[in-house]
Amino acid sequence: MWDMLSWLPENVSTYGGEIDSLFYIIYYITGVAFLLVAGAMIAFVIMYRHREGRRAKYLHGNTIIEITWTIVTALIFIVLAFMSQPLWGRIKQEVPPTDLQVRVTAKQFNWEIVYPGPDGKFDTADDLQIDNELHVPVNRAVHVFLASKDVIHSFFLPQLRLKQDAVPGRVIQAWFQATKTGKYEIPCAELCGFGHSGMLGHLTVHSPEEYSKWIKEQWPSR
Amino acid sequence: MMSESAGVQAAHAAHAHHEELGFLRTYVFSTDHKMIGRQFLFLGLLMLVVGGLLAMMMRWQLGWPETPVPGMSWAPEPYMFEGIIPPQTYNMLFTMHATIMIFFAVMPIMIGCFGNFLIPLMIGARDMAFPFLNMLSFWTGAVAGVVMLAGFFVPGGHAASGWTAYAPLSASAIYTGVDWGQNLWNISLIIIGASSLMGSINYITTIINLRARGMTWFRLPLVIWSLFITAILLLLALPVLTAALAMLLADRMLGTHFFLPAGGGEPLLWQHLFWYFGHPEVYVLVLPAMGVTSDVLSTFSRKPIFGYRAMAMSMISIGFLSWIVWGHHMFLSGMNPALGTAFMMSTMVIAVPSAIKTFNWLGTLWGGSIRLTTPMLNGLAFVSIFVIGGLSGVFMASTPVDIFIHDTYFIVAHFHYVVAGIVFGLFAAVTYWFPKMFGRMMNETLGKIHFVLTFIFFNLTFFPMHFLGVAGHMRRIWNPLQYEFLQPLQGMNQFISVSAFLLGLSQILFLVNLCWSLFAGKKAEVNPWHANTLEWAAPSPPPHGNWGEHLPVVHHGPYEYSVPGVEEDYLPQTTPHALPVTAGH
Ligand code: HEM
Ligand SMILES: [Cu+2]
Ligand SMILES: [Cu+2]
Repeated sequence: MWDMLSWLPENVSTYGGEIDSLFYIIYYITGVAFLLVAGAMIAFVIMYRHREGRRAKYLHGNTIIEITWTIVTALIFIVLAFMSQPLWGRIKQEVPPTDLQVRVTAKQFNWEIVYPGPDGKFDTADDLQIDNELHVPVNRAVHVFLASKDVIHSFFLPQLRLKQDAVPGRVIQAWFQATKTGKYEIPCAELCGFGHSGMLGHLTVHSPEEYSKWIKEQWPSR
Repeated sequence: MMSESAGVQAAHAAHAHHEELGFLRTYVFSTDHKMIGRQFLFLGLLMLVVGGLLAMMMRWQLGWPETPVPGMSWAPEPYMFEGIIPPQTYNMLFTMHATIMIFFAVMPIMIGCFGNFLIPLMIGARDMAFPFLNMLSFWTGAVAGVVMLAGFFVPGGHAASGWTAYAPLSASAIYTGVDWGQNLWNISLIIIGASSLMGSINYITTIINLRARGMTWFRLPLVIWSLFITAILLLLALPVLTAALAMLLADRMLGTHFFLPAGGGEPLLWQHLFWYFGHPEVYVLVLPAMGVTSDVLSTFSRKPIFGYRAMAMSMISIGFLSWIVWGHHMFLSGMNPALGTAFMMSTMVIAVPSAIKTFNWLGTLWGGSIRLTTPMLNGLAFVSIFVIGGLSGVFMASTPVDIFIHDTYFIVAHFHYVVAGIVFGLFAAVTYWFPKMFGRMMNETLGKIHFVLTFIFFNLTFFPMHFLGVAGHMRRIWNPLQYEFLQPLQGMNQFISVSAFLLGLSQILFLVNLCWSLFAGKKAEVNPWHANTLEWAAPSPPPHGNWGEHLPVVHHGPYEYSVPGVEEDYLPQTTPHALPVTAGH
C-alpha cells in the first residue's frame, strides 16, 4: 500500500523485470534524495527559526560546497543515463529473431489484428484478421508491426511493460516475449477521439498445447 | 548607457506630471505598468477559477463515472445529459482545463502581472520601455481570452484533442467532430502568442536599457533574472508555436496536408514543433516562480541568498538547455530510438541546474533567522513541491522506465507537481507584493489557514496520482471502470476526487482574503517586510512614474541582510554602505 512500486501490475514479459529493476533503483535514489532535502528543510526551519536577539549568518555562499553538490548530482544523473541506455537498446534496437509476426493496425476505436497464417507471410490468402484479439504462445518472441488508419493511438500492454505509439503513415516494429499464460488487457494509451476511453483489446498468452489448438481452430483446412 | 536611459526617464517623468488621466485611461486603457500588472492579475485569477471548476467536473467523472455532476443538471445537451458527462465532453474538459491554466492563468499572473509590476520597480525605472505596447499586450491577451471562451458556445463544442493537440486528431474535424471549437482554439493561441511576444520584447528592452544608476547585472534581484530569461525563451519559442498553429489551421481550413499523412504530411512534425516550443514553455511557467521564491526565501531568512551567481547561472543554463530536450516527450512516438537516447542524455543534464537551485535555497535557510510569514510558507512549499516534481521527472527521463509510465497518471502527477505547484509561487508572490500593489496588508491569519489547507489537499490530490500511474492507469481516459485492471483502483480515484474538491474549496479563503484586504486591509507601510529591493523604496502603492523627482541610485546587491556593523538586519539597495569582505563571493 505505502510502497509505491508495489502497485505495479504483475510483470509477465522477458524485459519487464529489467525495467522494473531500473524503476526500483531510481525510486530508491530519488527517495533518499527527497528525504535528505525535505529533512534538511524541516530541520533548518526549526533550528533557524527567528528568535529575539539572534542574527542570521552573513554568508553569500561557499564555492567548495557548491562545486561538490554540482559534481555529485551530475555524476548521479550520468550514471542513471548509462544504466538506462543498454536496456533501451535491448528493447528498441536489438529485436530478437522470431517467426511469429502480427500486424496491429489501430483505427478509431479498435485494434485490427492480422495474422499471417500458416505460411508465415502477410498479404496472402491465409491471412486472418481478428479485431481486438491477440493470441500468442508463451515464451516465444513476437514481432508486432504497428500502424494506424486514422489518428495516433498507443499500443499498451501494462503487464508486458510495452507501450508504443501507432502513427498513421508509418509502420513501427515492436516486440515482446510473454513469460506467463493468461489473458491481459490492451488499452489504447494515446488520446484518439471520443472513443479513446474504452478502446480495448485482449492479449491471450497460450501454453504451447493450447496455442496449437487455437491455430487448428483458426485455420482448420491446414 | 546609464546616462542615456536616465535622460529617457526624465522625459517620462516630466510627461507624467502634468497629465490628469480620466477613468478610462487610468483603469481600462492604462499604459502604466502597475495598472497593467493589476489587470493581468485579475484576468488570471478569473481564469484560474474557470480552469479550476473544469478540473472539479473531471474529478467528479473519474470518482463517480457516469453519474450526474451535482448542480450541473441545467447544462444543455449534447454537452451533458442531465448532468452526466459524455466522453466527448470529458475530452473537452481536460483540453480546456490545461489550455486555460497554462495560457490564461499561470502565464498572465506570473509573467503578465508580476513581470509588469516588478520589472520597472525593481530595476528603478519609471515604466516599461514601451508603455503603449504594454497596454496593447494586455488587450490583445484579453481578446484572446474572449475568443478562447467563445469556443465553448459553438456547435460541435470546444477543442477536445488535448492541450498538446496532436495531429492528425486535431488536424481535421472528421476525427473529433469538433469544428469551430478547435479553430477558435488555434486562433486564440495565435493571438495570445502575439500578446506574449509584445510583452517579452518590452521586458527584455526594459531590463537591458532602463536599469537605474548602479543597477549592474549582478545586482539584479533573481526574480528579475528569472523574468529576463523567461522573456527570452518566450521570444524564441512563440514564433515556432505560432507557425505550427498556423499550419494546423491551414490543414483544417484550407485543405493543406502539413500533418495529414493521406496527402503526404507528417504527424510527427507537429509533435516536434509543439514540443520545441513546449519544453521551453514549461520553464517559462516555472522560472518566474523560482525567482519569486528566491527573493521571498532570502527576505524572510534575513540572510543573503546562497550562491547568487550560481542561481543566475543555473537559470541561464536552463535557458540554453531547454532547447535540446524536447524529444523526451516523444520517446514512444515512433521517433528513432537512437534519438531517444540522445534526448535522455540532455534531459539528465538539465536536471542538474534545477538541483543546484534547490540546494541553494536550502543553503539560504541554513543559518538564517526564519520568519514564517504567509509568503515564506508558500515559498517553502513551492520548493518542496518542486523537489517532488523534479525527482519524478527523473523516472520519465530514463527511457526504459518511460516506456511504462508514459501517458499514465504518473505523468499527470509529475506535471501537476511542477506546473500546478507554481500556484505556491503565485500565492507567495501575491501575498508578498500585495502591500506594494494595493497599499494594504493581507490578513496573515487567513493567509496561513489558506496555506495549510492548500498544502495538505494539494498533496493528497496529486501525490496518489503517482500510485495510479505505477498501476498503469492511463491519462485522458473518461471512465477507468471500462478496464478490468483499473477497477481495483477506484477507491483511490474517489479519494483523489474528494481531496481535489477540498483543495478547490480552500481557495475560497484566498479569494475572501484578497477581496477583503483590497478594501479593508490594514494600510501598508512603505517597506512592511523590511526588504532590500528597490520596489520597497517607492510609496505603497507607487504613484504614476514611481519615483517622484529623483530616480533611485543602487549601491549594492539585493540580498544584503544581517550585514555585520549595520544595526538593522537589512540594508536597502538604495542605502550607501561599505560591505565587509567575506569569503565566497
Ligand atoms: C485544482 C487543482 C487541479 C486539479 C484537481 C486538476 C486535475 C486535472 C485532471 C483530472 C486532469 C486530466 C487528467 C487526464 O484525464 O489525463 C488534468 C490535466 C492537466 N492539468 Fe490539472 N488540475 C488542477 C490544477 C492545474 C493547474 C493549476 C495547472 C497548470 C498551471 C494544471 C495543468 C494541467 C495540464 C497541463 C493537464 C494536462 C492536460 C492534457 O492532458 O492535455 N492543472 N488536471
Ligand atoms: Cu486512444
Ligand atoms: Cu519537456
